[in-house]
Amino acid sequence: MGEVRLIVIKEQILADNRKLADQLRSRLAASGAFLLNLMSSPGSGKTSLLLRTIEALRDRYRIAVVEADLDSTVDADRIAATGVPAVQLRTGGFCHVEAAMVERALECLDPAELDLIVIENVGNLICPAQSDTGAHADVAMTSVPEGDDKPLKYPLIFASCDLVIVNKIDYLSLEPFDTEAFTRRVKQLNPGAPVCKLSCRTGAGLSCWLEWLEARLISASR
Amino acid sequence: MHELSVTQSILDTVLGYARENGVEKVLSIRLTIGALNHFQREWIQRYFDYLSRETPAEGAQIVIRRVDPAFHCSSCDHTFDVDLESVDRVRCPLCSGEEVHLERGKEFFITDMEVV
Repeated sequence: MGEVRLIVIKEQILADNRKLADQLRSRLAASGAFLLNLMSSPGSGKTSLLLRTIEALRDRYRIAVVEADLDSTVDADRIAATGVPAVQLRTGGFCHVEAAMVERALECLDPAELDLIVIENVGNLICPAQSDTGAHADVAMTSVPEGDDKPLKYPLIFASCDLVIVNKIDYLSLEPFDTEAFTRRVKQLNPGAPVCKLSCRTGAGLSCWLEWLEARLISASR
Repeated sequence: MHELSVTQSILDTVLGYARENGVEKVLSIRLTIGALNHFQREWIQRYFDYLSRETPAEGAQIVIRRVDPAFHCSSCDHTFDVDLESVDRVRCPLCSGEEVHLERGKEFFITDMEVV
């Protein structure tokens, strides 16, 4: 047997996906399209948020949605009913979206003719946090009935995202959700991420989210 | 979780370096994984044993250096470890300040490997 030696690697795990994601990010930026990755647990209200967003922005921005679910077309159907193009990715058991999957979905769209493309990621607070989709921004969403301890239980997703949304604030009178504690927990993991508290059902607080998003769309188009 | 695809990615990287460096056999692989990335060493080892059969990496030992979460205090420039599971309100142990932010704990890379 030869001599034992040490080979230094220092490479990120899942570097292949990261490389693809970086390439995708640059390509879309060059054509002026902003790609947003929307993540949350199942039932937080991602699709509802998208419907509200489409309602508010469709007159000024060309929008498309990439829906990711293990199975079914329920969410894509709701989006398609608004007339906005929606591509359904059936991940077939895969628990998160990777850059290669986003590329395949984009083949069904014309990114050069789009301003905003949203990936509605698989309902899951764990796996999507580790997978770069090629997005220009990552949003982590939760809701009042889920409880204010999510940043404690799932620190990685809250530490890595660009913005946090708390949906269903219309439930605050019914649920013991400590908004101050939740916001503090997020800020300690992620000082730069705004926390938008809103209700897709009533429309309250949506401007926090829409203003943040529109600022990015305007930058992306330059 | 998705330990299988992560393990495949580790194996692909390791075999690439093995080819480039004329490696006969990989003895061990050291990973640096921050505590916020919850991975079980035992499962990565099991999947690795399965995927690496009949490659130069067969039988390699997976060693994980876990990086505990550490926070940095912007008030007094002190960095300190925190057990995220037992603490809710994080305060600087030196100045009790709350202007503290996560500095370590998200690492996710292959450090090096021992080969012949």
